[in-house]
Amino acid sequence: MRARRAQRWIPLLAAIVAAGAIASAVALAAVRASEPVEIRIRYSAFVPATIHAQAGQPIELAVRNDDPIDHEWIVGDAARHARHRDGTEPVHDARPTEITVPAGELRRTTVTFDASGRYSFICHLPGHESYGMVGTVVVRP
Amino acid sequence: MRRLGSALVISLFSIAAVAGPTLACGGLIGPNGAVNLLRTTTFAGYHDGIEHYVTAFQFAGGGGSFGSITPLPGVPDAVEKGGDWTLQRLVRETSPDFFRAVGAAASGDSAEELMKVRIDALDLTVLRGGADEIGQWAKEHDFRLPPDAPEVLEFYAERSPIFLAAAFDAAAAAERGQELGDGTPVHITIPTDDPWVPLRILGLGKQASERIQADVFLLTDERPNLLPTPIGRNGLELTHSAAATDLLLDDLRSDRGMEWIPGSGWLSKIAIDASADQLTFDLAVSNDGGQPSRVDAGFELASTGRGGDQALRGAVGLLLLALGSLFALSLVIGRPAAGPGRPI
Repeated sequence: MRARRAQRWIPLLAAIVAAGAIASAVALAAVRASEPVEIRIRYSAFVPATIHAQAGQPIELAVRNDDPIDHEWIVGDAARHARHRDGTEPVHDARPTEITVPAGELRRTTVTFDASGRYSFICHLPGHESYGMVGTVVVRP
Repeated sequence: MRRLGSALVISLFSIAAVAGPTLACGGLIGPNGAVNLLRTTTFAGYHDGIEHYVTAFQFAGGGGSFGSITPLPGVPDAVEKGGDWTLQRLVRETSPDFFRAVGAAASGDSAEELMKVRIDALDLTVLRGGADEIGQWAKEHDFRLPPDAPEVLEFYAERSPIFLAAAFDAAAAAERGQELGDGTPVHITIPTDDPWVPLRILGLGKQASERIQADVFLLTDERPNLLPTPIGRNGLELTHSAAATDLLLDDLRSDRGMEWIPGSGWLSKIAIDASADQLTFDLAVSNDGGQPSRVDAGFELASTGRGGDQALRGAVGLLLLALGSLFALSLVIGRPAAGPGRPI
């Protein structure tokens, strides 16, 4: 008799557990959605080399430099990169689209791309771009 | 013999720094510094468990300072001013063209700083540390490492976290009256079981397609085995391999700090002509008839163990996996199928 009574509760318990799991998954997804996009620098390369963003929506980035040398993360159009190839600023920390990431450190920035398109991010320290320190932000409309 | 000094461009990791203050060389490079690596030469002698490096750092002009970084196979006992003609004498010994030209008239958190030595206008520092520590040290001393440095430093630090940093003070060199092309010979004495000569470092800061040309002279007690074997198409060519003559040994022994030169030995010359992306290894040397270490040549990481051991472990693992699979298969095949009317 007791066993039969207990069996009646099993579907209810299962439903509660399932609902909890779904709620947890939704919450986790929400947390993940608000987490910054991480870009890791290792052996003078950006990983991942391509990230995605939505036009008009701020995207938070965490750029982690695991190299023993300093690097830069500068994103923008061709004109901006042309300026930085001949630039003389030793350190970038005034604009969210231009950051210096010292050796072994993490820098966070938030960038909003107004228009859709593809924007390069490049390290403009001498020799780094030609070594391959180039990535792309694909901005969807 | 000394007259040859200014005529021959002989140095290890020597750099011509062009115009203005630059930091440059085989390992360290300054902001916006234009650098050119000339043909480099080094001498590595191995006798009684001691490796002797003789190298020269060339003053190449410029108004600032520049430097280099050299991986070492162990902690040196001494870093001192090298002899004046050792490298030139070796070039002469192994260069038929030179013989013809000269003729018969010639007879003959930060890295740990383990040692700091000043030789002429060179500040030499022996460092112990991994890639991170060396990078930090370079930054603290205003040297900017090129973008391939993280990978290259890690490549070396895994095997031997000992580096020699050489900072060349161009202003001091000018004050000393050093002229363009003048070299400062340096003699490094390193106790080690297995000598190796760093080659990959020569490509530091270079574009993948850039050519690297260098000469490595080896003096060993016996004819050495080398890894990689110099076969030409791998960028290494054995251009001289013969018992060292008594005359050569006597000449070398008479130079400063070269009393260690043994009574007999084998002289090898390895000419390097490779692109930077081809030179991904070092030169491991075995002096006792055995096989040179694949770890010392940079073909394997020290942490993964010797190739034979690793291969053996892999083979045993695969064998066990295969046996386990066979056993499981035999159980499945040998087991009667369960079904209605057939008891399990």
